Amino acid sequence: MFELLIYAIIILGFAAIWQLVRVVELSARLKGVDPNKVTESDNRLNGRLMLTFMIAMFGFSIWQFFAYKDRLLPTSGSAHGEEIDWLWDFNMIIIIIVFFITNGVLFFMAYKYYGRDNAKATFYPHNNKLEMLWTGVPAVVLFIIIFLGIKLWNNITEPAPANVRLIELYAKQFNWTARYAGEDNKLGKANYLLIQGANELGLDSTDKASNDDIIVKGEFHIPVDQEVNFRNRSQDVIHSMFMPHFRAQINTVPGIETYFHFKPIHTTEEMRKITGNPEFDYILMCNKICGASHYNMQMKIVVDSPKQYEEWIKQQKTFIPKVEEAKADAKPEADSMKADSLKK
Amino acid sequence: MSSHAHSHEELHGTSLEHEVHAHHGHDDHDHHHEESFVSKYIFSMDHKTISRQFLVTAVFMAVFAMMMSLLFRLQLAWPGEKFAIANALLGDKWAPEGVLDANMYMGLVTIHGTIMVFFVLTGGLSGTFSNLLIPYQIGARDMASGFLNMLSYWFFFASSFFMVISMFVEDGPASGGWTVYPPLSALPQAMPGSGLGMTLWLVSMSLFIVSSLLGGLNYIITVLNLRTKGMKMTRMPLTIWAFFVTAILGVLSFPVLFSCALLLIFDRSMGTSFYLSDIYIGGAPLEQTGGSPILFQHLFWFLGHPEVYIIILPALGLTSEIISVNARKPIFGYRAMITSILAIGFLSFIVWGHHMFITGMNPFLGSVFVFTTLLIAIPSAVKAFNYITTLWKGNIQYTPAMLFAIGLVSTFITGGVTGIILADSALDINVHDTYFVVAHFHIVMGVSAILGMLAGVYHWFPKLFLRKMNKNMGYIHFWITFVSAYGVFFPMHFLGLAGVPRRYYSNTEFPMFENLQDINVLITIFAILGGLGQVIFLFNFFYSMFFGQKSEQNPWGSNSLEWTTPMAHTHGNWPGALPEVHRWAYDYSKPGEESDFIPQTVPLRPGEEDGGGH
Repeated sequence: MFELLIYAIIILGFAAIWQLVRVVELSARLKGVDPNKVTESDNRLNGRLMLTFMIAMFGFSIWQFFAYKDRLLPTSGSAHGEEIDWLWDFNMIIIIIVFFITNGVLFFMAYKYYGRDNAKATFYPHNNKLEMLWTGVPAVVLFIIIFLGIKLWNNITEPAPANVRLIELYAKQFNWTARYAGEDNKLGKANYLLIQGANELGLDSTDKASNDDIIVKGEFHIPVDQEVNFRNRSQDVIHSMFMPHFRAQINTVPGIETYFHFKPIHTTEEMRKITGNPEFDYILMCNKICGASHYNMQMKIVVDSPKQYEEWIKQQKTFIPKVEEAKADAKPEADSMKADSLKK
Repeated sequence: MSSHAHSHEELHGTSLEHEVHAHHGHDDHDHHHEESFVSKYIFSMDHKTISRQFLVTAVFMAVFAMMMSLLFRLQLAWPGEKFAIANALLGDKWAPEGVLDANMYMGLVTIHGTIMVFFVLTGGLSGTFSNLLIPYQIGARDMASGFLNMLSYWFFFASSFFMVISMFVEDGPASGGWTVYPPLSALPQAMPGSGLGMTLWLVSMSLFIVSSLLGGLNYIITVLNLRTKGMKMTRMPLTIWAFFVTAILGVLSFPVLFSCALLLIFDRSMGTSFYLSDIYIGGAPLEQTGGSPILFQHLFWFLGHPEVYIIILPALGLTSEIISVNARKPIFGYRAMITSILAIGFLSFIVWGHHMFITGMNPFLGSVFVFTTLLIAIPSAVKAFNYITTLWKGNIQYTPAMLFAIGLVSTFITGGVTGIILADSALDINVHDTYFVVAHFHIVMGVSAILGMLAGVYHWFPKLFLRKMNKNMGYIHFWITFVSAYGVFFPMHFLGLAGVPRRYYSNTEFPMFENLQDINVLITIFAILGGLGQVIFLFNFFYSMFFGQKSEQNPWGSNSLEWTTPMAHTHGNWPGALPEVHRWAYDYSKPGEESDFIPQTVPLRPGEEDGGGH
């Protein structure tokens, strides 16, 4: 019913526009004027609308900035993220200035020089000095932006030191698994051909490094103020590990390992205080289209104090016992399958 | 029949001018060219008819793609809500009880993007205006090869056909996003749309590439070889410069997309593994191994990035002409504009990696792409400043076309500045693939190019259909479109800054996005308003085509050659000899002249300097 009402209003709206256009045209014809010829009053009207639009659009932009300011991502949860935020603000100030000035001048010109019947435009085909100016100034500003940007990019993407805690994030349609390197800080070998049953990650149990690996689902913890290096793998299609609160993102690509490392600087608890939101959680989400449930491929991240972290990690089981349990579970099933195939 | 005369002209491009001269010596010219309906309107080789064919097809495709965007906007604003219209359009399978299905959501997003990028803004924009204006504005009787030109349209038509029917196959259309990254797009196990829908997508795109290459080669050759006497390269209108460089970009980059698509076809149906490696899917390991999904992205974006300039350059070209004509002033910095077009064209080939900063690509390579990408901002800025200076001290005639052209300059600036952020790899990390990107590219190339294309339609409608579009409906159309464009895309920046990823069927699964719902509602309301605004355009377009006011020969007081042809669709364009060009196209309001425009065919006075030759 509500939908029908909306359609009725829309149709009436079009009818009204059509009538309006007809009336304007008929009156033009009555005056003996070509209805499609642009007149000075058309120019004045549209010139003024240009100015009005500018004011409205600037107002709309500023309103959004204030209305939405508190809903944007909170302060960075990672060390490099603070640098990103600084550079972001620096660039943003430049582009906001350019946005307002250039659009402002454009709409002002569009208003000021609307066509008058007896006026003539000024023939002004070029001015080399002016053109040099607005080639040169953007070039200088851009070189500053490029310099600062590349410098920060190099810092962020520098390979992590060897002793940093290594965690693997493993993506598949449509969930994440985290694997901790364990006491030896070495992730055991994995191979997609070994994926079977509970061994979702395809770990190679003959590789000793894998024995103490810790596999967790649902949520994973990291200690505050300690650098952590994420190694990312994918089982099926490209996903993207995206942790917006840490300003961290990198694709997970089947057949390729990608890395991203950072240092969390606020625990979840602290962040809840900073944001004033008692339910705040760090989150890992998928940010590369990966299928129908792409929109719900997430994992909670908890940043602990080092002490809390040690307690948590102790409670997690290592890979080998996990597989043995799984084998024990899977055995009867496998036996019955064998029996089935024999019958055939 | 005219087939003899036709083939004769096509085979002997160089003697074409001579031939037609001879014909026009006789009064019975028209009788010689009496054409059947089929050769006149369907398999026509006339650039004007082909131009109209491209335009009408593109308008149809645009309506199709816009309706898809409205359907998924409804879902984003009111997730899970029932909409009778969704059920009516998509049926019980894809919108049971009016709730959009998650797979179909992906399909709609994908086909919306594909159609808008390729069918509307590449095929539609270049196909319409390069075909219409290249022969007209350089003073040629037709394209270098009318036959290839005809093939170009019919390949485009076939390709559009396959893209549209892919919406109706059982498992749905291609749904991996318009960039169709494998392995998602390569494996039907990964999502239903990667089955037959994806095959049709690849078939359609292959045909599209053929169309684009046939068109592009024709445009380049025509511009180089068929300019009339006196039409030096430095006297060409900027429209032609833009189409010329666009065509070169297309010819150099589309073959790479073809190879990219071909390897994907091999992977999908012949068991090769160019893009596949170490994959376990659907409960079994995949046999194919050793390839790289990243290779696909390099190949795709090697086309994909020039592609955005293939879209925007023609729109900027049309705008240059329209702004100059209606400001009644020469375009400011003609030479600088040409240099900018060339610089943008060149740079567009060495920036593709900025789409791939976070693929795990070598960070050093990332730095290189940051550098080259940010360089593009310089010629782009020059263009924007030159447009603004062209308005300065002008006598602006607000035709609907002029409004759209000024609108383009505004959105080109607004969308362009956020490009500076995204080109910076360090900053890209946290907004990559979020709504910030969606906002950026929709404003800078989507909205801008559509505004440019609409400006072109209003301005050249008299050359396309010999009639004028209704002015007042044009005004209403512009203001609704412009307001809703900003209303839709500006708020999206804030969604991106809140961390919302693109291509999410719904944001309800994340508590952190709960307080953003009203922004999505606002966006959708503007989107619906914008969609309704286009109904006014569609009515005006089709109504004026048949019943519009007949146009005089040069309705906007323009200098370029197309307005020296009679208001009729004559084969060969000029009834008599081809015009001779004596000056650049921008002598508007020249001091000491009575008229505020001097067509290019008017000889220079003794001692008068040609503006284009400075």
